[in-house]
Amino acid sequence: MQFYIDQVKEGLLIAFAAIRANKMRSVLTTLGIVIGIVSVTLMGTAIEGLNRAFNKSIAVIGADVLYVQKWPWGGGGNWWEIRNRKDLLIQHARAIERNAQNVRSVSPITGTGRNVKYGGKVVENVVILGTDADFIETTNANVALGRFLTPMEADGGRPICVLGSEVAEALFPVETPIGKTVKVGNYPYRVVGVLEKQGSFLGIASFDNRVYLPITRFFKEFRSRRGGIEIWVKAASATNVDETKEEVRGILRNVRKVAPGKEDDFAINQQEFFIQTFNQIGGVIAAVGLFITGLALFVGGIGIMNIMFVSVTERTKEIGIRKAIGAPKRSILMQFLFESAAICLIGGVIGIMIAFPLSLIIDQILPTAMPLSIVGIALLISVFVGVVSGFLPAYRASRMDPVDALRYE
Amino acid sequence: MSTVIKLHDITKMYQMGAEEVHALRGISLNIDRNEFVAIMGPSGSGKSTLMNIIGCLDTPTSGLYELNNVNVSEMNDNQLARIRNKEIGFVFQTFNLLARSDVLHNVELPLIYGGYGSGERKKLAMEAIEKTGLGDRAHHKPNELSGGQRQRVAIARALVTRPSILLADEPTGNLDSKTGEEIMGLLDILHKQGNTIILVTHEEDIAAHAYRRVRIRDGHIESDEAVTNRKTVVHPPLATA
Repeated sequence: MQFYIDQVKEGLLIAFAAIRANKMRSVLTTLGIVIGIVSVTLMGTAIEGLNRAFNKSIAVIGADVLYVQKWPWGGGGNWWEIRNRKDLLIQHARAIERNAQNVRSVSPITGTGRNVKYGGKVVENVVILGTDADFIETTNANVALGRFLTPMEADGGRPICVLGSEVAEALFPVETPIGKTVKVGNYPYRVVGVLEKQGSFLGIASFDNRVYLPITRFFKEFRSRRGGIEIWVKAASATNVDETKEEVRGILRNVRKVAPGKEDDFAINQQEFFIQTFNQIGGVIAAVGLFITGLALFVGGIGIMNIMFVSVTERTKEIGIRKAIGAPKRSILMQFLFESAAICLIGGVIGIMIAFPLSLIIDQILPTAMPLSIVGIALLISVFVGVVSGFLPAYRASRMDPVDALRYE
Repeated sequence: MSTVIKLHDITKMYQMGAEEVHALRGISLNIDRNEFVAIMGPSGSGKSTLMNIIGCLDTPTSGLYELNNVNVSEMNDNQLARIRNKEIGFVFQTFNLLARSDVLHNVELPLIYGGYGSGERKKLAMEAIEKTGLGDRAHHKPNELSGGQRQRVAIARALVTRPSILLADEPTGNLDSKTGEEIMGLLDILHKQGNTIILVTHEEDIAAHAYRRVRIRDGHIESDEAVTNRKTVVHPPLATA
């Protein structure tokens, strides 16, 4: 044991002496590893940011919410068959509400796009959603000002509305919107509340560019025929979503009179779909990104190997001396492996010291933080690169013939 | 007296391109404990090859080499490294010290590879350094020392593991004659203290310090005789170190 400790000590001693003796060369060689580690850690940080952004916006969908729709997310199935499915109706939502045990709330939802006007101001292409009072429970949205629709208002179909935060800010920059009457399309609606900011989904669809109306009123003014809704169902517990899903499925098959053995004529969509899709896409992005940045590290490793060959050749005489006084092969091998591992480890540490402030800049654009794990991994990788690229030169050194090595000038 | 080195019909053949070079053509030689032998010969005679084989840096093509009754002629690289570490102390013409390490570390080095603990290493190394008269130079780097002092460091390094033989290859070749005489005086003292010394040289003057002279020519032993006109150093060198 003592023998190995001394060998390691001697190896480190030689390594740092050699690095000190060739400062400029060590710096230049290390640069390759520094660049490699900087790019790999920044890539890892960016991927972390991507994951965080996704998780944040996916939370809006809710892990415990089922989206009953005609169309399954992600496509698939027979287009023509799906196209001809019977519409989902409000009474289907009511049936779920009445019969399901594992459900916290059920909201029928339907929507369209209209301009919303107040005074001289216009917000174009606002998502107009018709829903009921349970919506606030189903989606975990919070009311910022006033209140949401009451069950009475929702069922009675009075001309009132709740604004999403974006719409409210655009139309009422100074005054309070509560009690004011806005025009949704061509119809006047009195504002009773404003929702808190909810964010956007994957940066594409804003959840705040919305106006909520009682669903009965919505049908009167924005859709001539009745029908064509979605049903959002919040499960009683987040851990029992599958059970809820089966229950909802059974109720719907029953009320829609789907014969046993036939496929569902509706789709129950879940957040899970997006997570799976994102994991696939995110996995590809991560793999490609890390591969490309890994190339930088690889090039750095080649630089190390190159310089280690030079170092071995330069110190042929020293190798000869060490062998003459009894250094076994593995001591010589370890000596040079230590040297290249030390160079790379220094490069890794410098790389992280550079990458960390850069990650703070990334943080301004894409909220993220350099994960601690990536710091550890980066250091491990740099040592690994050192050992791998140092191996061939070190092996050559260990195999030198002592007589030839001593004669080398 | 016990025999340290037993060479029996040693040959060494090199492949130089298409040509075969017979460096040694059947050398048989015994060296006893506490002998002081000079191996002489002109360049190309095979004396360097012989020294490499005796020093276990190289293995013979054929023949038997027993060092302390252990057959070393068929050992592998790592076994030979161990033998070199334990049994042989080298002193080279060009000193061959590690330039970046101080005297103490240079002398310690064989002990590191020999697996000695750090306390014992320091003790043995300092003993060897003092024996060669460099006790006050232990923390100097080789480039802060004179040629003679560097050779003393090399001798201390060779002695530190208490090897069976001290193998000195032209130890005075890079020194002026006065310093060379001092180094030879030191070897003489070490011999008197019981060390076995093999001196490889082409200078008659230097060889005259030994007690026995073996001449090599064309890979054969040409002569093997006692030195009659032995030269001794008048002034003990340690006083002026």
